[in-house]
Amino acid sequence: MTNLSLAAAAAALALFAQAASAETLRIATEGAYPPFNYTEPNGQLAGFDVDIARELCTRLKAECEIVAQDWDGIIPGLLANKYDLIVASMFITDERKQQVDFSEPYYRAAMTLVAPKDAGLTDLSPEGLADKVIGAQAGATQGDYATATYTQSDVRLYPAQDEVNLDLAGGRIDLQVGDMLPMVDWTMNSEDGACCELVGEPITDPAFVGEGVGIAMRKGQDDLRGRINAALAEMRADGAYKALNDKYFPIDVYTLK
Amino acid sequence: MHPIDTLQAAWPALMDGLWITLQLTVFSSVLAAALAVPLALVRVHAPAAAQAPLRLYISFARGTPILAQLFLIFYGSGQFRPLLTEWGLWSFFRDPSNCALLAFVFNSTAYQTEILRGGIQGVPPGEIEAARAIGMSRVTALRRVVLPHAYRIAWPAIGNEIILLMKASALASIVTVFDLMGQTRRIFSRSFDFSIYLWAALLYLAITAVFVVLWRLVERRLSRHLAARQAPLPAANPRTT
Repeated sequence: MTNLSLAAAAAALALFAQAASAETLRIATEGAYPPFNYTEPNGQLAGFDVDIARELCTRLKAECEIVAQDWDGIIPGLLANKYDLIVASMFITDERKQQVDFSEPYYRAAMTLVAPKDAGLTDLSPEGLADKVIGAQAGATQGDYATATYTQSDVRLYPAQDEVNLDLAGGRIDLQVGDMLPMVDWTMNSEDGACCELVGEPITDPAFVGEGVGIAMRKGQDDLRGRINAALAEMRADGAYKALNDKYFPIDVYTLK
Repeated sequence: MHPIDTLQAAWPALMDGLWITLQLTVFSSVLAAALAVPLALVRVHAPAAAQAPLRLYISFARGTPILAQLFLIFYGSGQFRPLLTEWGLWSFFRDPSNCALLAFVFNSTAYQTEILRGGIQGVPPGEIEAARAIGMSRVTALRRVVLPHAYRIAWPAIGNEIILLMKASALASIVTVFDLMGQTRRIFSRSFDFSIYLWAALLYLAITAVFVVLWRLVERRLSRHLAARQAPLPAANPRTT
């Protein structure tokens, strides 16, 4: 009896609290994936993902707290209720969908091979790269793609994209599989990325790239997902998305055109 | 997934990783042990001024995280590629296993040097005097009296250091060497199944347990003269008169 009335009181209180104060959303990003999410020298998180997350919060009228979380623990952290959303350039894949729900894609993606400018690679088939060392980020679609495709090569998997870049520039690996847009940004706009260039055709195999990049949340939160999708569509329609997009990219990343 | 099924599915990858972990530990601890002998002798016998660089190295290696040392060697060497290529060293530094091995040897040599120095200084001066008195040269006395006794004193501490090194070798996974920890993280990043960490922990525990038993057997062998001395004297013959 006491338990029941306590539970009822708690439920009433929770309802009241929700109605009275703004919703609080904790959002995780990686903070090591420029220009989508990175940590500025002063420790602030920034980037396209972070801007999208902030804009989303404004539109959902939620109070947001954005935290940095290492990539290989980012889904477990969500499932363990350490935060509510992942806005970290996460590809929507079937494997991940078994663990979490995704919003509609907020940008499209492709992967690409990147090699030093003087590498002179002509044959990019798995056989042609058989004796090469290929780097990629572990636990990411790039790593899965590299492991599955270049079975005869020496595939090295790194904890973060920054470290793959560092070793490609340093020459420890011969080429890397990276996400298209960060690689365009890295090779065009950074000092150490100037060593290298995109080679071959964009990799768009849906088995790896999925439908695009979405916002992940715990399963069964259909109301939240609906509101996020609505807010994304709104941003797309009223030009807020374009303003953020143009801050970082020369092309529209929503359509990749 | 049931934890047993997880283990079954992950077994080949875990065994690959275990093999790398064992190789890293064995190679780095043996190399460090070999380097520690001359360095410990320098620490015991050389004049203080000559020891300064060695002491600096030891404080650095013991006073900074092994992770920092590994990153300095791994990513640091990448920054000096033209220089290293010129010296013909790049092919060594290019391979992440070599970098990991170098970092572990760098770290463990410092510890083992100090442990062995303690062992050498723990040898009673009387033993050395006796050896000299019966005509052994300094080198012979070192080989036959000082070092055997020093190792006997240092043995448990060296064993501790090797266990610590074995556990530290898990750091190799973050410079793309897929040791036991690396394989575990890779499997976890696909399956999000926490039980894989439990299995990895049990494997590490198993290595340590086997090592401890072996180490104790050797220790007993090294100290067999002490055991003999402690055994009760054989009973005197019953008197016949």
